[in-house]
Amino acid sequence: MKYAFSFLAVLALVLIAWLGSMIPGMQYLFGVAIPYLAILIFLGGFVYKVVEWAKSPVPFSIPTTCGQGKSLDFIKQDKLDCPTKTSEVVARMFLEIVAFRSLFRNTKSELHEGPKITYESSRWLWIAALLFHYSFLVIIIRHMRLFLNPVPEWLRFLDFLDAGAMLQVGAPLLYASDLTILAGILFLFGRRLVSRNVRYISLANDYFPLFLIFAIVTTGMLMRYFLHTDIVVVKQLLVGLVTFSPVINAEIGSIFYIHVFLVSALLIYFPFSKLMHMGGIFMSPTRNMANDSRAKRHINPWNDPSIKPHSYAGYEDEFREFMVDAGIPVEKELPPKKDEE
Amino acid sequence: MYNKGTIIPGLIIFVLFVTFPIWFNGLTTAGDLPKPELPPGGEKKCVESADYMRASHMQLLNKWRDNVLRDGNREILEIDGKKYPKGLQTACMNCHSQKEKFCDSCHTYAAVEPYCWDCHLTPKETASKEAIH
Repeated sequence: MKYAFSFLAVLALVLIAWLGSMIPGMQYLFGVAIPYLAILIFLGGFVYKVVEWAKSPVPFSIPTTCGQGKSLDFIKQDKLDCPTKTSEVVARMFLEIVAFRSLFRNTKSELHEGPKITYESSRWLWIAALLFHYSFLVIIIRHMRLFLNPVPEWLRFLDFLDAGAMLQVGAPLLYASDLTILAGILFLFGRRLVSRNVRYISLANDYFPLFLIFAIVTTGMLMRYFLHTDIVVVKQLLVGLVTFSPVINAEIGSIFYIHVFLVSALLIYFPFSKLMHMGGIFMSPTRNMANDSRAKRHINPWNDPSIKPHSYAGYEDEFREFMVDAGIPVEKELPPKKDEE
Repeated sequence: MYNKGTIIPGLIIFVLFVTFPIWFNGLTTAGDLPKPELPPGGEKKCVESADYMRASHMQLLNKWRDNVLRDGNREILEIDGKKYPKGLQTACMNCHSQKEKFCDSCHTYAAVEPYCWDCHLTPKETASKEAIH
């Protein structure tokens, strides 16, 4: 049971933080030491991974083309889906990153009696992914109010929009992004359970981040809406963390340490998992290369420079005599022999 | 390493983004902790413990608002022999009379903008309005 294992792993993390933070003196470990370690591993691991990728040569020009390539003047080129210029590649990458265009093209194939296969456009994944990623982004930015002192005006405005979108429900105000991230993550999880094809290819490392992020969202929402903890002492600790003078206040509740421990686990897990698609999207040769291999020669970086290109003309020059001997047609005949004259 | 020209600046931008709170706070100041001023009248007792009030006062206020405005339940609470009508202006602000020095100190620190003051008036504002009319 791949999802049971991931679920138990997240549950274990919750229990470790919950029980651990109740031991006197351990608050420092969960509130200060582990978060520092986590952010260091996150940044170090992220940079390491990207540098590692950057060191791998791209032997061939392999952009995925999803539209009409550049051809004759009267044939309209699909500039976004088959870019030939850097500017077009940048536009394609930008839209891929902010709008997930490749998910928009997702299709669902079904086998009917006959047998007959049908394809239909399936955009649920695209919508759920957009909901999930943008909610997550808004939530991360919103959390900056707990790290920055004084809080800049634009951050207050974001908070105002996020809570305002729900028309002042409850106290503290319910955030729209909390609901949308829940909707997004539940869809992404449900999809892995319900769709047989996706379920078959889902592994523990697909379920684990989903459960982990779900647990982070849940503990965060519990802390905000139900199991309140004094926000001022929490902010005191967090501002302390980013100014390198953390102060632990005994009044901080366990729920805070659980939340922070799970976030630390996510940060540590991040660089070594599929979550690195955050950096990887920029490094994908299938997306970030221009489809210009006919106009510009792609040099394989691992080519031996001492091996020179060998054209057909050069080949024929080298072997013409043998080819003529063997009766193979040649483009240029042998020079007439002098002693025949 | 290939494409150094784009990858290294990209990584630098990423690290700067992640460490944003560090240099943002470093460039300004770490800032002071809020010091809410206790009631000028010297009142020591509230409707609940200080711990509860610090973490959950907003829910209590929300409950009172629902009781009074939505359910018409204006029952007067009696805690330790002291009577508290359910209301921000009629109960809370009697002791915590200085919104600017009490409420605002933590709310500003935590960037919370409660909508109490969309309708309610602080004693200071009440006084100034009375002076006009």
